[in-house]
Amino acid sequence: MPPWLNEPLTWGGALVLFLWAVVFLFIVLGFVTYAIYFERKVIGWMQLRVGPNRVGPFGLFQTVADIFKLLVKEDTIPRKADRLLFILAPALAYIPAFSVLAVLPYTQNLYFADLNVGLLYYVALSGISTLAIVLGGWASNNKYALLGGMRSAAQMISYEVPLVISVVGVILLSGSLNLRDIVAAQDGGWFWNWNFLPQIIGFVVFIIAAVSELNRTPFDLPEAESELVAGYHVEYSGFRFAFFMLSEYVYVYAIAALTTVLFLGGWHAPAPFLDFVPGIVWFLLKFAVIVFFLFWIRATFPRIRVDQLMGLGWKVLLPVSLLNVFLTAVYLELFIK
Amino acid sequence: MENYANNYVVVAIFIALGILLPVVALTVGRLLRPNKPTNPKQTTYESGNEPVGEGQVRFNIRYYLFALMFVIFDVETVFLYPWAVAYNKLGLFVLVEMFVFAAMLLVGLLYAWKKKVLKWNSV
Repeated sequence: MPPWLNEPLTWGGALVLFLWAVVFLFIVLGFVTYAIYFERKVIGWMQLRVGPNRVGPFGLFQTVADIFKLLVKEDTIPRKADRLLFILAPALAYIPAFSVLAVLPYTQNLYFADLNVGLLYYVALSGISTLAIVLGGWASNNKYALLGGMRSAAQMISYEVPLVISVVGVILLSGSLNLRDIVAAQDGGWFWNWNFLPQIIGFVVFIIAAVSELNRTPFDLPEAESELVAGYHVEYSGFRFAFFMLSEYVYVYAIAALTTVLFLGGWHAPAPFLDFVPGIVWFLLKFAVIVFFLFWIRATFPRIRVDQLMGLGWKVLLPVSLLNVFLTAVYLELFIK
Repeated sequence: MENYANNYVVVAIFIALGILLPVVALTVGRLLRPNKPTNPKQTTYESGNEPVGEGQVRFNIRYYLFALMFVIFDVETVFLYPWAVAYNKLGLFVLVEMFVFAAMLLVGLLYAWKKKVLKWNSV
């Protein structure tokens, strides 16, 4: 919120900022509630089912009911579990998921924090979630949970490397880690000025690695219901389980917004004559398309095998993302400088 | 400069809210939910069977090798980020330098590949 950010901060100003952040928290919780509903509906339609339609009109209150059910459900902690770590893990999964949202800009003037290391902040904090998953798997003292947690950690660290290297091309083109500057660098009037075309290799690697980081189908091996019961959160019940799910969907929000900012031109209109539409509309449209895309591939692809997963990450995505970095650098050297 | 610090206040507020929500939600939940622990409820879940042996079983050493590889390439990204930001102000020399650096790490990747570290066989 820019007006407050340019003045020296008072306690009153900090309180206003805090209240805005609380409002934003409720927006994100609302997004998560209806993203889950939307996901179930969309996948239902794609599989020629109806999806949730009982609770409220069109089943609109289904997720709300689910959340209340989780809230009043008895919370069991297994006797053999490491109590402290068991309680800590869901909170640790959620804290970075919400904290990364601080740096995402929505329009030229609508953003929370304008960090000059915004992108670095994002990738650094999102890496912490891996710890929470290993912690949850280990503290449960359960075979399935431990194996699920280990698999998940291996998958997430394997795909984090291509993910963070694939955005280096974007940083090269814009010369900044500030997410607002990155969007400003894509301002050419037309949609081919957005990074997804000049950085098509990086874009594809980023999308594949991001889906894997989100632990979503076709990379949802950590939660493979048919082989690992539920993976790292098998012993969790009630609201602690809800926090693992919540952080997963908050990351869907974060990744969709980040992809929009990095590759799809943020709030810029696809053509100059469409400039009269406010930037926030373009941002939300692109955001919604990516969220839909994530649900679409969940309904389309089968889960891949663990050996294919690791092979893809290290043998294909990592060399390709490095190649992209040097291709971009050579291009800048030859044609721009 | 004032502006700069304020942005980190926002980040601190977000982290504080991130901590606050689980605390508040779980405390409210504690007041709402029933709490009737019984012995069977608190046993380790193993698809309905009696749990066999230890929970913290031995797992594949391969995870450790992946962790090592991750450390190597994550350090590379730590060097790539500032390099990419400053690239436009630097000359051809830094490009060659970074290429040499990445090539050395790629040799490591090829070695791991050759040693079948990246091949997943379930043991």
